[in-house]
Amino acid sequence: MQLIKEVKYLIGKEMLLEWRSKYALNGVVLYVVSTVFVCFLSFVSLKGVTWNALFWIIMLFASINAVSKSFLQESKGRQLYIYTIASPLALIISKTIYNIFLMLLLTLIALGFYTLVFDYVPEDMGLYLVATILGSLSFSTIFTMISAIASKAGNGGMLMAILSFPVIIPVITVLIKLSKNAIDGLDRSVSLDEIGILLIINVLVAVFTLMLFPYLWRD
Amino acid sequence: MYKSWWKILGAVLVVYSTVFGFLSSVPALPILHQSIRNLYFHVPMWFSMIVLFSVSVYHSIKYLSNNNEEHDMKAVQSVNAGVLFGVLGIITGAIWAKFTWGQAWSFDVKQNFAAIALLLYFAYLVLRNAIDEEQKRAKIAAIYNIFAFPMMVVLLFVLPRLSDSLHPGNGGNPGFNAYDLDSHMRMVFYPACLGWILIGYWIYTLLFRVSSLEKNKTA
Repeated sequence: MQLIKEVKYLIGKEMLLEWRSKYALNGVVLYVVSTVFVCFLSFVSLKGVTWNALFWIIMLFASINAVSKSFLQESKGRQLYIYTIASPLALIISKTIYNIFLMLLLTLIALGFYTLVFDYVPEDMGLYLVATILGSLSFSTIFTMISAIASKAGNGGMLMAILSFPVIIPVITVLIKLSKNAIDGLDRSVSLDEIGILLIINVLVAVFTLMLFPYLWRD
Repeated sequence: MYKSWWKILGAVLVVYSTVFGFLSSVPALPILHQSIRNLYFHVPMWFSMIVLFSVSVYHSIKYLSNNNEEHDMKAVQSVNAGVLFGVLGIITGAIWAKFTWGQAWSFDVKQNFAAIALLLYFAYLVLRNAIDEEQKRAKIAAIYNIFAFPMMVVLLFVLPRLSDSLHPGNGGNPGFNAYDLDSHMRMVFYPACLGWILIGYWIYTLLFRVSSLEKNKTA
């Protein structure tokens, strides 16, 4: 019960901080929109496989930028303060949940703008939406933990990319396969395998994060 | 002497499997021809790698529970030895693929995911280089090592089963046991696996002893 209260409070804190500065959200949305626009200007028209691959590449870099803020941005003093008042489990759960919301919002904005600009809609938009939701879920769970590791290592962005790419590649390949099924408009029962794998990866990552983060947090 | 029986066993088995790997009879098959002998060299590399990485995770968990420096050193040296075997596994696989698939690196899931799994461990080694403070390095590296292990398992054992592969034993292709009707190949293959695993473990203990000697010299 104590944990739930702390989690709620910490999520509230994250949202309040974000609302005050509006830096992360605006910055990342602008990042995504301008990247989509750069891609549009260089490709002009895109369909099918390339459209799909490009979307996930844009989302990969946008989410690294969005999620890595969660730990890299906090000052040492504030980390120490949170350490004294909240349990590490509450902290990592709240950060992950907050990042999931952030990523969901971001992915939906990006997808909307992307389909608008390129004037292309996948055959099975419902399944494509499921894929993007699963994608933002996996991106946020994995990147939150990796950004915690990278921030403790005290060597920002570079390390974040090195550590997270090999972990995220399997997720991306499954995501691309799933969304390819949606683009081709295959029967939904074909894609159950991929959805299952993504959920399993998410559960695995969540369990290991919850087990390992308390060790990481204690200095 | 009584303590080094397994080293002698490993050496004897590796010599036995190498000699008989080239001399024993193999089933005559189209395309494969004599290249089926690669089974005795390629597959044991991966088994040894998995064993060494498991040893490393074991020591990382031990390190997190009791903060003994020795466990950290053991974890990193077993990763070093495991990476060596992984690279050898990729090379033996690529040579074999050159003669049977016609291309050293075709776009095969098994090859790609094996390479990505190795990237995970290269990232682990880079992470270690990025942190100067010894205890902090040991802790963060142990956490990343434990976090990366389930991902490696997913990469090597789960994802390749989802898609088509040319690799024997995957995607409907028969593994060697379908050809090995008179169990001649098993007589060489199983000793080869055991032998290489023992040799890998031996290499790891040697690396560990060298590094602990170096540490004592500077301290």
